[in-house]
Amino acid sequence: MNYNWNWGIFWQLAPDASGTYFSTLVSGLWWTLGTALAAWVIALALGSVVGTLRTTPFRWVVRLGNAYVELFRNIPLLVQMFLWYFVLPELLPKVLGDAMKQMAPPWASYWPAVLCLGFYTSARVAEQVRAGIQSLPRGQHMAGTALGLTLPQTYRHVLLPQAFRIILPPLTSEFMNIIKNSAVALTIGLMELTARARSMQEFSFQVFEAFTAATLLYVMVTLVVVYGMRKLERRVQVPGLISAGSSMQIAGH
Amino acid sequence: MFSGFDFDVIERSLPYLFKEGMTFTLTLTAMAMTGGIIFGTLLAMMRLSSYRVLNIPAATYVNLMRSVPLVLVIFWFYFLVPWIGGWAIGAGQPIQVGAFWSSVITFTMFEAAYYAEIMRAGIQSVARGQVSAGYALGLNYWQSMRYVILPQAFRNMLPVLLTQTIILFQDTSLVYVLSITDFLGAAAKIAQRDGRLVEMYLFVALVYFIISFTLSYLVKMLQHRIAIVR
Repeated sequence: MNYNWNWGIFWQLAPDASGTYFSTLVSGLWWTLGTALAAWVIALALGSVVGTLRTTPFRWVVRLGNAYVELFRNIPLLVQMFLWYFVLPELLPKVLGDAMKQMAPPWASYWPAVLCLGFYTSARVAEQVRAGIQSLPRGQHMAGTALGLTLPQTYRHVLLPQAFRIILPPLTSEFMNIIKNSAVALTIGLMELTARARSMQEFSFQVFEAFTAATLLYVMVTLVVVYGMRKLERRVQVPGLISAGSSMQIAGH
Repeated sequence: MFSGFDFDVIERSLPYLFKEGMTFTLTLTAMAMTGGIIFGTLLAMMRLSSYRVLNIPAATYVNLMRSVPLVLVIFWFYFLVPWIGGWAIGAGQPIQVGAFWSSVITFTMFEAAYYAEIMRAGIQSVARGQVSAGYALGLNYWQSMRYVILPQAFRNMLPVLLTQTIILFQDTSLVYVLSITDFLGAAAKIAQRDGRLVEMYLFVALVYFIISFTLSYLVKMLQHRIAIVR
């Protein structure tokens, strides 16, 4: 076949004059990680709260929590991305909406992407947290009450510390998902890793070199995250418990 | 808030949205599901094989697919399939592959990795005695798979397979990055033509929500019905 391989392309200057193609890819990787980490903070915080609320004895709170999860789970991520980027500024009061639209270039797509990924993943984290809490023996809750702890105290000192240690493996895969899903943000103009590979392909016509490099970078990130989380899992493992989380969810991304 | 809304634009574009867009989305979902489950089951069988020449490539493929974003995979196959096609028929140059077949191949290959993990769990959930019983009856590997193990594995994993298919249905919206007219693509085209982004994207979100929510509710019902009491 007559494809012209040119692996030296990475050391040539990119047309945006910011450096070599290699350095634009690497800075794309930082944007990917920066987006994913900021979104993960939101996802973990919101997801833990919603997931916990869904196990409380208050029926209306549980229903609201369920509605929240269903809302974010049943709309494709790309559509949600468009809602945050195109639709939200129009529905907000004019001053706020204009402020959102007039942010300086990378931030105008960065913040909607972070919020979108954060909320989207928070629904999935909430599902894991709920499953984690419900997988604990009922006696744990009762023992907390019997000791005279209030409901918040029972959650804080008895249920949540165990639940989080159990759901660490599925949370790892949610963290991986948020890194991969951040690629969807290229549709609203965020120059993360996949977008950089795509633009490198458009400028240099070296399709397969560009995508190979991006693939390798993603695989590297995966390996680092999986290795790091394995170590963490082993450290916080509850002695005598088989990792209950591992079998919880197979479907997904 | 909704005072400036133009609901008429939705009504006018309904035939286009559903006839062109939704038909594409549903056909793509159905074909990728069929292909993905078949290829995924083969991958799962390879991964569980005791031959290293089979299980190492299968494991590598599955792990690779699961560690890169779908958007990147879509780009990969969009450019790769014409070259592979050209090589396969000995044309000496890349052949033209339409947007539809390119996306069918992409989603089949990508989702196969996810279906493979589900089927692997399904096969492993079948009691070991079943395999031994199959062999004791004189069945060979393919026969025991066909008549004993896979039927049970499918039944155990049916809800998960269907849930994954709902995710696939949502994921097909990503063909937007290739400017294909799927349901979202059709809506985006009209939204940009008429300057009605708010109405169109909210409508798209609503339609996706209704379909996915209904399907996942049905899966939940099915799960209750087919649960095996042990």
